[in-house]
Amino acid sequence: MRIYMSKTKEITYRQALNEALFEEMKRDEKVFLMAEDIGPYGGAYGVTLGLLEKFGEERVRDTAISEAAIIGAGLGAAMTGMRPVVEIMYIDFIGICMGQINNQVAKIRYMFGGKTKVPLVIRTEGGTGRTLGAHHSQSLESWFIHIPGIKVVMPATPYDAKGLLKTSIRDDNPILFIEHKMLYNTKGEVPEEEYLIPLGQAEVKRKGSDVTLITYSRMLLYSLEAADELEKEGISVEIIDLRSLIPLDVKTIIASIKKTNRVVIVEEDCKTGGVGAEVGMQIMENAFDYLDAPIKRVAGADVPMPKSPILEKLAIPDKERIVKAVKETLK
Amino acid sequence: MEKEEAIFLLKKMMQIRQFEDKISELLGKNIAQGGSHLYAGEEAVAVGAISVLNPDDYITSTHRGHGHAIAKGGKLPELMAEILGKATGVCKGKGGSLHLADLSQGNLGANGIVGGSLGIATGAGISVKMRKTKQVVISFFGDGALNQGIFHESLNMAAKWHLPVIYLCENNLYAMSVSVKRATAVEDLTRRALAYDIPAEKVDGMDILAVRKAVKKWVDFAREGKGPSFLVCNTYRYYGHSRSDARVYRTREEEKSWREKDPIILFSKKLIEGNVLKEEEIKDLEKKVREKIEAATKFAMESPLPEPEALYEDLYV
Repeated sequence: MRIYMSKTKEITYRQALNEALFEEMKRDEKVFLMAEDIGPYGGAYGVTLGLLEKFGEERVRDTAISEAAIIGAGLGAAMTGMRPVVEIMYIDFIGICMGQINNQVAKIRYMFGGKTKVPLVIRTEGGTGRTLGAHHSQSLESWFIHIPGIKVVMPATPYDAKGLLKTSIRDDNPILFIEHKMLYNTKGEVPEEEYLIPLGQAEVKRKGSDVTLITYSRMLLYSLEAADELEKEGISVEIIDLRSLIPLDVKTIIASIKKTNRVVIVEEDCKTGGVGAEVGMQIMENAFDYLDAPIKRVAGADVPMPKSPILEKLAIPDKERIVKAVKETLK
Repeated sequence: MEKEEAIFLLKKMMQIRQFEDKISELLGKNIAQGGSHLYAGEEAVAVGAISVLNPDDYITSTHRGHGHAIAKGGKLPELMAEILGKATGVCKGKGGSLHLADLSQGNLGANGIVGGSLGIATGAGISVKMRKTKQVVISFFGDGALNQGIFHESLNMAAKWHLPVIYLCENNLYAMSVSVKRATAVEDLTRRALAYDIPAEKVDGMDILAVRKAVKKWVDFAREGKGPSFLVCNTYRYYGHSRSDARVYRTREEEKSWREKDPIILFSKKLIEGNVLKEEEIKDLEKKVREKIEAATKFAMESPLPEPEALYEDLYV
């Protein structure tokens, strides 16, 4: 879909994130990293590899296992002139510092009448795929879209990961940047030259005319596979990758529904109270008249993530379930 | 002590006392709505500690934050208006008593969560160190925060990175209703610092000169790059935890014994005895402060409420 004006190179999602951090740290000395195991170890998924050697211990700070202090100190540094990028190794650990994120990071600018800025990026990762069980496999993004004051970004491709992380670091608002553990090794084209992607812009990742498939993060890959299969049967699927959940690009969603009149939402998080519930209601409020069929959701099961590979696979959407849902909405 | 400095310290303490008495009065008349945690009795701690800071040094405050805000240069009319939820308040009426903040004065904010600002203070310490500005940070918190996880996480982080933060515990003996003796496993609270290899000191929090002396020492220590410290200032809040508190957990005799050590009376006596100020001068000062508080109250009461449009303003940059 994308036409590059400049030369491109193929890199992994991990490298894309690493390049974004490197470029922004080089560009602005106020940017620094603070988290667990990001130094010599290079981050649990290797995203910060090599940065300690390039920028030193002052700017690549290995911390104790103290999630609340990581977030709190990130906030304090952000309020006083720095641009920290902190990390919670697995989103599953975020409950430990939820008070800091919910009550401090997200609220402090508003509570103080706009008299402070909080240029803080909280990187984390989520999702299933490594059979790590209930404490290392969650998709908790819907918790955060319910908290006014923090933006939520979830890239699916190396191109988006790099461009969105760079923009997030330059944004003067707090941002929860959620990566996916099964995307780090995926590859994609990114421009050789510098680029940024604005937050709050969904992207049509595949054009189609029969059904709109709305998704984000790893589920984009499953949705693309499903669309390929459906195309063989003559069904044309348009895929919207939300890329950021807050701000949510309702405009792009409505434009697509006006064309297809049918919607399937594909999400990895638990169905109840999930992202699809919000997106679905946005559609009901803003585009009901264009719908020819009920909105369908293909979502994660409402269970703690089980360890067994066969159960883990059953707990999240797959290509077959997406294909089935698309066909049902066309009936 | 220079006369000018003595007047400054005494005036600040009187401002806090009268500000709090006024808030209590406004709460009683339902002019101030919601709750408010009053600082009366603890004035020597905020004024003493903050008086040794430079204007660009940082503080973080607590749910009992009016005293810190006034001591850190907050403007009385703006603070009073904020507590009444007015558009002219220091946070445009969006914060209130629990969230008084004035970043232009280095006050990184009061906080509705016990221990909620310890991380912020620690991060400000990182920032100061990275920007090489020689600023210092005082993190105010109560004895209740001693048992929050982030207290331990923050002191550990500050110790490992030698951050210029003075962790100042205002021990007013009760975390809401539960006494520090019932809640906290160590009797000598300074021993908590041993776990982080941080120097610690106990201070008479009713004596402003003692507070100043101790805080000055540890501010210099932090400014010289020697790292964090932990101070326990023993003090007492005259009012209850909040307006609904009937104070059943403490005796009137105990309250009386602390009022006998009142920080304003104590300091006034010293100034008279030392021939720094005369009694009439002190009375005159008190009167002037009263006028300022009345003016601030009038400003706040006559100020407009926020416009409806303000609801969605200031969420994001």
